[in-house]
Amino acid sequence: MQGSEKINAPQLMAHGAVPNEAVGLDIHAHSDVSDYETTGKPFVDNAKMSARNVNVFYGEKRAIMDVSLDIGENEVIAMIGPSGCGKSTFLRSLNRMNDIIPICKVKGDVFLDGENIYAGNQDTVLLRARVGMVFQKPNPFPKSIYENVAYGPRIHGLAHSKAELDEIVEKSLRRASLWDEVKDVLDQPGTGLSGGQQQRLCIARAIAVSPEVILMDEPCSALDPIATARIEELIDELKERFTIAIVTHSMQQAARVSQRTAYFHLGKLIEVGDTKQVFTMPAHELTENYITGRFG
Amino acid sequence: MTKDRFKNTALIQASLKKRYARERRFQMYGKLAVLAGFVFLFVLLFDIVSKGTPAFTQQHISIAVNIDVDALGVSSTASQDEISKADFSSLIKSSLREMFPDVKSRGDKRQLYRLVSIGAEYDLRDKVLADPTLLGKKQDIWMLAHSQAASYLKGQITRVIPEAERKVKNQQMDWLDRLREQGRTKSSFNTTFFTYGDSREPELAGIRAALQGSLFTLMVTFALAFPIGVFAAVYLEEFAPRNRLTDLIEININNLAAVPSIVFGLLGLAVFINFFELPRSAPLVGGIVLSLMTLPTIIITSRAAIQAVSPSIREAALGVGASKLQTVFHHVLPVAMPGILTGSIIGMAQALGESAPLLMIGMVAFIMDVPGGVTDSSTVLPVQIYLWADSPERGFTEKTSAAIMVLMGFLILMNALAIILRKRFELK
Repeated sequence: MQGSEKINAPQLMAHGAVPNEAVGLDIHAHSDVSDYETTGKPFVDNAKMSARNVNVFYGEKRAIMDVSLDIGENEVIAMIGPSGCGKSTFLRSLNRMNDIIPICKVKGDVFLDGENIYAGNQDTVLLRARVGMVFQKPNPFPKSIYENVAYGPRIHGLAHSKAELDEIVEKSLRRASLWDEVKDVLDQPGTGLSGGQQQRLCIARAIAVSPEVILMDEPCSALDPIATARIEELIDELKERFTIAIVTHSMQQAARVSQRTAYFHLGKLIEVGDTKQVFTMPAHELTENYITGRFG
Repeated sequence: MTKDRFKNTALIQASLKKRYARERRFQMYGKLAVLAGFVFLFVLLFDIVSKGTPAFTQQHISIAVNIDVDALGVSSTASQDEISKADFSSLIKSSLREMFPDVKSRGDKRQLYRLVSIGAEYDLRDKVLADPTLLGKKQDIWMLAHSQAASYLKGQITRVIPEAERKVKNQQMDWLDRLREQGRTKSSFNTTFFTYGDSREPELAGIRAALQGSLFTLMVTFALAFPIGVFAAVYLEEFAPRNRLTDLIEININNLAAVPSIVFGLLGLAVFINFFELPRSAPLVGGIVLSLMTLPTIIITSRAAIQAVSPSIREAALGVGASKLQTVFHHVLPVAMPGILTGSIIGMAQALGESAPLLMIGMVAFIMDVPGGVTDSSTVLPVQIYLWADSPERGFTEKTSAAIMVLMGFLILMNALAIILRKRFELK
C-alpha cells in the first residue's frame, strides 16, 4: 500500500492504457511501462536460445511486449515478477506451448541454436523434444511410473530395445534423484506418488528425451518446503547437462538456483542481470520495489 | 456503536427463525417430490411384476396316450419321414376322449380338446421321432395346457366370474379339477418363453425371436454409431477449427438429439428401404436407423468426456514432444473412455427401448422364426411388447408384462455395465 507512492517515478508517468491482466496490483494507477526499454544485460555471448522482440497476444490483449532476452548455454535463468506479469507466457513461447491456445498469437523471433523456431518450416514436435517443459502442477500421466518416463523415448524412437529403454528410464529417474524411491514400484501408477515425487517424475519424464533446454514453470509452487529443497538441489545438478529457464514466485528460490535473473513487469522485461547483482543492487526502481517486497 | 451491534444481533436472531423455517419447508418439498417419484415407480413396477410373473410358469397336463400305430396310420417300423406326416392331432383327441368317456356331444368334445395346446401334437411328434420305440406303447405324456386352461390352473380365473364372461367354461373347470385331483397337472418354469418365437397361441409365444432381433439390431447400431460417434467427437473437439461451419455442425448435432425418433424411421424407410432397397423388417435397416438416432447422444457425451480431460495431461504429452494425434490417442482418449462408454451404453439402452422408428421400417410384422442374421425379417423386444399389448387374450397380457420385465432387466444390466466400466477405468 505505502509502496504505491514511491513507485510513481518520473519515467513511469501514468497515461492510461495498462494491460488489465495485472488488475489488483496497486501500482498500475501510477505506472506505465509501455515505452520502457530493458535495463541490464539481456544478451550473452554463448546464447542457447535468443528471443527477439517477442510479443504475445491473447486475442486483443497484449500480454508480452517486445521482450528480447538470451538464455546462455548451461545456465539457469530465473524469471521473476508479480502475478500476471507475463513471465509464464514468455516461457511458454520458448517451446511454442502457446500454440495450443487458440486465441494466442506470438509475434517476434525465438532462436534455438541460431534457428528461428517460429519460422514456417519448424516442427513443434521436434522443438518440444529439444526444449522440454516441467509444469506448475505436477502432471504425471495416469499410467505407471515406468510408462511415464518411457513414453517420450518411445514415441521418438530413441530406444531400439526393451533393455535400452529400461536403461533410459533408470538413468532419467536417477538424474531426477527419484530412482531409489521408486525402483521397486515402477509398475505403480505415477499419480499415486507424493506431490514432490510426482514433480521429480515429471522432471525425469522431461529429461528422458534428452532435451537441450528445460523450461520450468513454477515447478515448486505446489510443493512443501522439503520437496522444494530437493527440486532445487536437482536443478543445481541438472545445469551441468541442460540449459534451464525457471519461472518462480519465490525470490529466495531464484536467488538460490539461478545465475541470471530477469524481472518482468506488466508484460515488459524490466531488468536482466546476474542474480547476485539483481538481488543486491537492482538497477531499476520497479525491480527494487519487487524484491524488497513492496508489492507482488 | 455497541448499541448498534446489539440491535443487529437482535435483528439477525429475529430473522433466523424465518430463514430456518424456509429451509425446512424447502427440504420437505424435496422429500415429498422424491417420495412421489418412488411411489409412481413402485406402482409401475408392482403392476408389471404382478402381471408378468405368471408368464414365467407353464402348465402341463398329463394325458394317457396309446401311441397306436393303427391310429397314427403308420407301420410299427415307420421311417422318420412317415412319423412326421402322421396324424398326432387325432391321436391326442382320442386319448382325451378315452380319459373322459362321459363326454359325448360335439360341443363338449371341442371344449375337451381345448384343454391341451395345439403345440402338444408337435411336441408328441418330436418325442416319437426322437424315440421311435415309443410306437405301440401306452404312456402318460405331459402336454402343454391351452392358455385358457392354464389361466384356470394358475388361479387367474375362478368360478366367481359368471360363466358367460369367461372363456373357460364350468365343464372345463370340472375336468381340470378332476385332473388336478389325479395329480395329472403340473406347473413348471416356462423355458419355452425364452426359446420360442412369437405365436398366435399365447402358451406357445416366446421372446426368443425378438431377443435375437434386438441383439442383431443393437450389434449393427453399435458397430456403426460407436466408431463414427467417437471419431466425430474426437475430430470436432481436438482437430476441427472453430469457425462458422463447425458452429453450424455443433448446433445441428444438438438439434438432431432432440428430433423425434419416428422421423428417423421415416428417413430409414425413404432412404434405406425405398432408395437403397435394403430388406424390409431387417435388423440391418433397424440398426442403421437406430444408429442415426444414437449418434448425436454418443457425439455429445463423448465430446463432453473429451472436454473434461484435464488440460494438464494434454500439456504434459505435448511437452515431451508427442504429436497432436499421439496426445489424443495415447492420453486423452484413455482418460475420456469411461465417459465415452457410459454415454454410448446409455445411447444403446435408448436404442434397445426404441420402437417408433422400427414400426416405420416394417419390424412390426408378425414373425415366428428366430432370425439367423441381420438381413432376416425379425422384430425387436419393444415392438414385440407393442404387438402383444395389442392382443386381447389374457395369455398375452401376462406375456406383455413378462417381456417388459425382460426388457427392463436388460436395460438395468446395460446401465450396470456402464457403471462397472466407468469404475474399472477410473481406477487405472
